[in-house]
Amino acid sequence: MQAAPELEAFRHEVRSWLDENLSDEFRNLGGDAGPADDRDWDARVVWEQRLGEAGWIGLGWPKDLGGRGASILEEVIFHEEYAKAGAPARVSFFGEGLLGPTIVNLGTPEQKAKFLPPILAAKEFWCQGYSEPDAGSDLAGVKTTAVLDGDEWVINGQKIWTTFAHHADWCFAVVRTDPEAPKHKGLSYLLVPMDQPGVEVRGIKTIVGTSEFNEVFFTDARTPTENIVGEVNDGWKVAMATLGFERGTAFLGQQLRFEEEMRHLLAEAQKRGRADDPVLRDRLADAYARLRIMRFNGERMLANLAAKGVLGPESSIGKLYWSSWHRALGELEVAVMGPDAMVVGPGYEPNEFQHYFLSSRAETIYAGSSEIQRNVIAERVLGLPREPAVASK
Amino acid sequence: MNFAFSEEQVALRETVAQFLEQKSPSAEVRRIMETTEGYDPEVWRQMGEQMGLQGLHIPEEYGGQGYTFVELGIVLEEMGKRLLCAPYFATVCLAANAVMNAGSDSQKKELLPGIASGETIATLAFTEPSGKWDADGIAMTYEPAGDGFALSGEKMFVIDGHNADLIVVVARKAGTSGTEGISFFTVAGDAAGLTRTALETMDMTRKQAKLEFSGVPAELLGEEGSGWAALSKTLDQAAVCLSSEMVGGSQEVLDMSVEYAKVRVQFGRPIGSFQAIKHKCADMLLETESAKSAAYYAAWAAAEDNEELPTVACLAKAYCSEAYFHCAAENIQIHGGIGFTWEHDAHLYFKRAKSSETYLGDATYHRELLAQRIGI
Ligand SMILES: Cc1cc2nc3c(=O)[nH]c(=O)nc-3n(C[C@H](O)[C@H](O)[C@H](O)COP(=O)(O)OP(=O)(O)OC[C@H]3O[C@@H](n4cnc5c(N)ncnc54)[C@H](O)[C@@H]3O)c2cc1C
Repeated sequence: MQAAPELEAFRHEVRSWLDENLSDEFRNLGGDAGPADDRDWDARVVWEQRLGEAGWIGLGWPKDLGGRGASILEEVIFHEEYAKAGAPARVSFFGEGLLGPTIVNLGTPEQKAKFLPPILAAKEFWCQGYSEPDAGSDLAGVKTTAVLDGDEWVINGQKIWTTFAHHADWCFAVVRTDPEAPKHKGLSYLLVPMDQPGVEVRGIKTIVGTSEFNEVFFTDARTPTENIVGEVNDGWKVAMATLGFERGTAFLGQQLRFEEEMRHLLAEAQKRGRADDPVLRDRLADAYARLRIMRFNGERMLANLAAKGVLGPESSIGKLYWSSWHRALGELEVAVMGPDAMVVGPGYEPNEFQHYFLSSRAETIYAGSSEIQRNVIAERVLGLPREPAVASK
Repeated sequence: MNFAFSEEQVALRETVAQFLEQKSPSAEVRRIMETTEGYDPEVWRQMGEQMGLQGLHIPEEYGGQGYTFVELGIVLEEMGKRLLCAPYFATVCLAANAVMNAGSDSQKKELLPGIASGETIATLAFTEPSGKWDADGIAMTYEPAGDGFALSGEKMFVIDGHNADLIVVVARKAGTSGTEGISFFTVAGDAAGLTRTALETMDMTRKQAKLEFSGVPAELLGEEGSGWAALSKTLDQAAVCLSSEMVGGSQEVLDMSVEYAKVRVQFGRPIGSFQAIKHKCADMLLETESAKSAAYYAAWAAAEDNEELPTVACLAKAYCSEAYFHCAAENIQIHGGIGFTWEHDAHLYFKRAKSSETYLGDATYHRELLAQRIGI
C-alpha cells in the first residue's frame, strides 16, 4: 500500500492541474461517462489533447511506454478528482481503455512505437470491431474474413454496433482467418485503418435519436501483415484479454457522476413536490441507498486488492450492479418528471433525465449483457456447471 | 475507512466460526429452539468465560475487551450464519449499548461488568403492542414512587425478555409526546409487579416475551426526560448489528443453494446448469456481497461513532434485510419440495430472515428514516 502523504500529494497535483486548466469552455460539456455518447465531440477532443500534453492519458501504463506508471490507487484518485471537477467525459475509451493496454501487454515493440504515442496525445482514435449481425454475445461466431495477399491482409465482411466508428482512425477487429478451424480457433486480431476505400461507415440511429454507433462494411479493405496482435488464428485470446485489461478504475469516476445525477434528481423531486409522494419517496431513498452501496462495493474491492493482491467475488458484480441500478434510476427519473416526461425538446432533444432514461437501456446490453454477466458470475465465481453446448459450427 | 480486515480480525472470525461450528450445529439449534428459554446456559457461559464475547465491544474500564463495532460485527456475522440461539443480541447489542449511551459513569460501572462477563442476561424493552418502532410507539409512563420510580403498562416483542436478569425499559413522562419526556429505567427480571410471558415466535431461533408492568419499582438510568437521543443511537447501533447478523445468514443460504444446485440432477443434468437457477444464484451473490459492503461500512461508522451513523445504519438495515429475505426465499425455491420441509434447514433461515427484517422496522420504514435523514 502506498503511504497516505504520497497519495495526497498526487491528489493535490491532479486537483491543481484541473483548477488551472479546466476553463469554462470545457466545463459542463455534454456527454456522460458511458462509452456511447458523443455530444460536444470536437470540444472534448481539444480537451483530451490538453490532457495528453500534460501526461494524464495512459496513467497506469509503464513509464518507458510514455505512461505515468500510476498505481491503481492513484488512478482512482485521478478519476475521483476528475469527476468532482466536472471535467468533460473522456473520448478515448476504446484507444486508451482497450486497445492501448492490449498493445502494452501483447504488442510488438514496433506496434508499441507506432500506436501508443498517438493515443497518448489524443491524435488518433479507435473503434472496436467485435460485434457482427450474427455474432453478438456469441462473439466467436464472427464471419468477417481476412486473407493474406502478399504483405497485406484483405478483409471482407460486416461489423455492427461499432461505437464511434465515424470518429475513428483505426479499428481493432476480430476476423476469421481460418474458416476450417473450430469456432474459437480460427480468429485473428487485426488493426485496420479506417480511412481507405474498402471501409464504409453507416450511422445507426439509436433510441436516443442520435447516431453514436454504426455499421462498418469491409470490402477488400487492407491492412499490412504486421498489424496483427498476437499470432495468426490466436485472436480469441487477444480479444478476451482486451476486455480484461480495463482495470475498472475509470468506473469510480463514473460513480461520482452518478452521485451528481442523483443529486439532480433529488433536487428535481423536491422542486416538483414529488418527494412527498410516499411511493416515489421510497424509490428515491432506495436509489440513494443502492448508490452508496455501489461505492462501498468499489472501495471494498480496491481495499481487498491492495491488501491481498487478488480480486474477491465482490469484483465480479460491478457491471451487473451499476447497469441495473442506472437503468432503474432512469425509470425513476421519468416517474419524478411525471407527464412532463412525455414531451422532449425541439428536434427530439431529451433533457438530462429523458436522456438517461433512454441511454441506460444500452448499459445492460453492451460490454457483456446482464444475462451474460449472470452466467459468468454463476460459472466462474460460484462454480456452477456450464450449460451443455449445442453443437454448432 | 479501510474495508480490508486486519490479521487479528480474520483470526477472530476463524476462532468464533470454529466455536460455533461445534456449539451451534443444526441439531443443537433445533434442540434449543424447542425449549422455552431458547438458549444453552453452558454455551452462554463458555462464550463469556472462554471467548469474552459478551464483553467484546465494552470498554476495558467496564470489564469488557475494549474492541469496537467492527469486531462485534464479525462475531455477529458468524452467529447469523449458524443461527446461534442465545440472548446475545438482546444482551450485547441492545441492553449494553443502551446502558453505554444513557447511563452515568457509576451506573456503567455497576451494570456493565456483569454483562461483559456473561453473568447478566439483559434486554431492552421499548416496543409496545402498537408495534411502532419510533418515539410515538412509547406510551408507557413512569411515576415517582418513594426514592425512585414505578412503571405501569405493557411492552411487546421484547427479545429474550423472559430470560433477562436485567431489563432496560423505555418510558415517558405522563403528558409528553413524540421525542420529548423519554427516560430509561432499569428493572430486575424478577421484580414485583412484573408479569413475563414467553411468546411463541414464528422464528423459533430467537425468543420474545410480553412484559406487563403494574407499579414495578424502577431505577432511572441516566437523566430524566432526555432519553430520546440515547434511544435513537441505541436503535441505530442495533440496526447495524442486525445487519451484520443478516449478512452471515445470507451467505449461508447462498452456499446452501449453490451446493444443492451442483448435485441435484433433473432432466439428466445438474439443476445448476439451468440458467433460471444460475441467474438466481448470481443475483443472490450480488445481493449478499453488496449487503456485506453495506454492513461493513455501517459497522465502521458505528465504531467511529461518526455523523454518518444515522444514515448508514438505516441504509444498511433496509438493504441487508431485503437481501437476506430474498436469498432465504430463493433458497427454498431452489431446493424444491425438500426446501418446504421442517426437516430441512431452509425454513430456519427463511424465518430468521423475516423476523430480522421486521424487527426494528422493515425496509420501507428504514428507507423513510433514510429519506428524512438525507433531507429529502
Ligand atoms: C450502445 C452500444 C454500443 C456498442 N458498441 C459496440 C462497439 O463499439 N463494438 C462492438 O463490437 N460492439 C458494440 N456493441 C455491441 C454489443 O457488444 C452487443 O450488443 C452485445 O454483445 C450483445 O449482442 P447482440 O446485440 O447481438 O445481442 P444478442 O447476443 O443476440 O442477445 C440478445 C439477448 O439474448 C441474450 N443472450 C444471448 N446469449 C445468451 C446466453 N448465452 N444466455 C442467456 N441470454 C443470452 C442477451 O443477454 C440479450 O438479452 C454495442 C452495443 C450497444 C448497445
